[in-house]
Amino acid sequence: MSSQTTKLKVDPRDGKLAMAHFYVAFIALTLGGLMGLLQTLVRSGKFELPWGIDYYQILTVHGVLMGLVLTTFFIMGFQYAAVSRTAGTHSPAARRIGWIGFWVMTVGTIMAATMVLLKEASVLYTFYAPLKAHWIFYLGMTFVVVGSWLDGAAQIMTYARWRRENPGKPSPLLSFMAVINTVLWIVATLGVASTVLFQLLPWSLGLVDTVDVLVSRTLFWYFGHPLVYFWLLPAYMCWYAIIPKIIGGKIFSDSLARLSFILFLLFSIPVGFHHQLTEPGIDPAWKFLQVVLTFMVIIPSLMTAFSLFATFERYGRSKGATGLFGWFKVLPWKDARFTVPFIGMASFIPAGAGGIINASNQMNQVVHNTIWVTGHFHLTAATSVVLTFFGITFWLVPHLTGRVLTKAMNKLAIIQGWVWFVGMAFMSGAMHFQGLLGGPRRSAYSTYGDSAQAIEWIPYQIAQAVGGSILFLGIILMIIIFVNLAFFAPKGEEEFPVGEAENLEEKAPMIFENWKLWLGITAALILFAYTIPFIDMIQNAPPGSPGFKTWGSW
Amino acid sequence: MHMHKFEKIWLIFGIGALVVFLSVVGVSAFYLGNKPPSCLTTIDPEKVDTQAPFDKPGLNKVEGKEWDYELVYVASAFFYNPGEVEVPLGAKVKVMATTKDVIHGFQVAGTNINMMLEPGYINEIVTTFDKEGEYLVVCNEYCGTGHHLMSSKIKVVKK
Repeated sequence: MSSQTTKLKVDPRDGKLAMAHFYVAFIALTLGGLMGLLQTLVRSGKFELPWGIDYYQILTVHGVLMGLVLTTFFIMGFQYAAVSRTAGTHSPAARRIGWIGFWVMTVGTIMAATMVLLKEASVLYTFYAPLKAHWIFYLGMTFVVVGSWLDGAAQIMTYARWRRENPGKPSPLLSFMAVINTVLWIVATLGVASTVLFQLLPWSLGLVDTVDVLVSRTLFWYFGHPLVYFWLLPAYMCWYAIIPKIIGGKIFSDSLARLSFILFLLFSIPVGFHHQLTEPGIDPAWKFLQVVLTFMVIIPSLMTAFSLFATFERYGRSKGATGLFGWFKVLPWKDARFTVPFIGMASFIPAGAGGIINASNQMNQVVHNTIWVTGHFHLTAATSVVLTFFGITFWLVPHLTGRVLTKAMNKLAIIQGWVWFVGMAFMSGAMHFQGLLGGPRRSAYSTYGDSAQAIEWIPYQIAQAVGGSILFLGIILMIIIFVNLAFFAPKGEEEFPVGEAENLEEKAPMIFENWKLWLGITAALILFAYTIPFIDMIQNAPPGSPGFKTWGSW
Repeated sequence: MHMHKFEKIWLIFGIGALVVFLSVVGVSAFYLGNKPPSCLTTIDPEKVDTQAPFDKPGLNKVEGKEWDYELVYVASAFFYNPGEVEVPLGAKVKVMATTKDVIHGFQVAGTNINMMLEPGYINEIVTTFDKEGEYLVVCNEYCGTGHHLMSSKIKVVKK
């Protein structure tokens, strides 16, 4: 075994690159959070945006910064560090590729952001054609994606080196998981890259006159659903492989953890139609087929839930807890590294149930594009995922900067987690209820000509503003913690916790590392789910659409 | 690879539940006819106003079909044509809609009528208006600066 793999500390050179990602991520959180606050205030009807700023402009900023920038930068930084910690320090070549990736993503972000600020791209983060943004916006998005591929390539190189140096051995769990997520991301982004490069860029540059709207949307959603799993899997990495160590327990089963990640790779991509259930041009049989595939992805989530609670219960009982739920009380509730991600985990129970409703074929009509959906992904992404990312930040940032999480910061971090929970209960809860009454998502304040139905929605929007304000307070607390851990906390050694499996004798089957097999099945499933409906779309395509700019300029 | 007995029970229960959910949804969709709106008919988005039935937006009585009326909408940034319509209580209606420009939503708040309108495609849903009252039609897909002002009204009245 190479000496690098036993290293308990991330090499400072790798730490520097990971930290660079986190700086961008937390700047995105600050600005994106401010936009979110403004949106909820506008929707309350009590506040108007000054200086001619458009609601949909700040909505675009919020979506792009939170959904694309914060997540991608944080995930790439975290995975880069996790691979360095568990598979050994990155080689200079891998690190150079990682830095190039970082800068390409950053430049892309600045390009896209500039166009949004200039009101040249008020198209939201889904940029559905035939809304036509400035070509620099699309090019910036392309840079973000290409940069993330380079970032991912660095991780794959280090994983491959470990495999070469340790023939016949299963790779370290965290590295394996990071590579699965990177591969998932690369396969998924092929869709969005295709629509941007082959459809939207030439069209926005004026090289072609029209765009095929349904093909573009289908390529977007081929990417859009695995995108959410790309956000979720790093949280699962923390829950599976890091939380057990933090509480002093063991990973329930290393093999099952790997199996669940493979199932995510297989089933999170050929399912994009469940975002397109109410749209024309797609045969209902193919929609239903993808609904079935969507439900397959619930299985690894059920496995995850079982493993986590098994770990918690076994740990609790080892501490002498008795009774059916006695173990719950002895969990380390005073440790923010556990409690904050735990709030995220618990939120995933209602969040996942809501997701099953959304994906249930015709049942989607009840909630499609209502603000219920916004409430849903503020539970999944903005609570489960984000609180876990915060939980990672509490130890990873001081680990990388050579500082420690002090008692005071730990306490503030726990307060932060609960503030977030309360704020989100108000905001997401009110969004779910308003959605069931038919309130649309992505809409500024409106009473729709004093319609009785729309007036009923307003109290829910006020509740969302209350929740949004509490959440913004949570963001301020998080920024204080981040800045402290990055620049001001006392010098010291903070642990990068990596869990061990309960049964070390049981080696993970090597078939899990057979990439030809898993990539082959992934490709087969994608071809199965998409080939025929995609050919139908192209053969029966209506005349293409010219571009529209339906928003104002400065 | 070893799997704990409780985990097996948990997964059998979970997967069983998924099978039941999918069967219920599938039977409802394909046997009872509750498929989500998925019309496959295309239309030239630049010639919407001159093509039947979109040359006559509004409620049109039809004969010899499974439904009594066709309720035809043309969407464009940021309004629906017609802006208001009266539908007799209990009428079986085929709602048909398309867009002349960008993507719009078409949702009748408080009902299950909810579909995407995309340029080049017609979308439709057959429904029965069996509750009196005034229903708000809203655009629920972002379409531009006036998105939140885009609405229409359906009055279901006894006749």
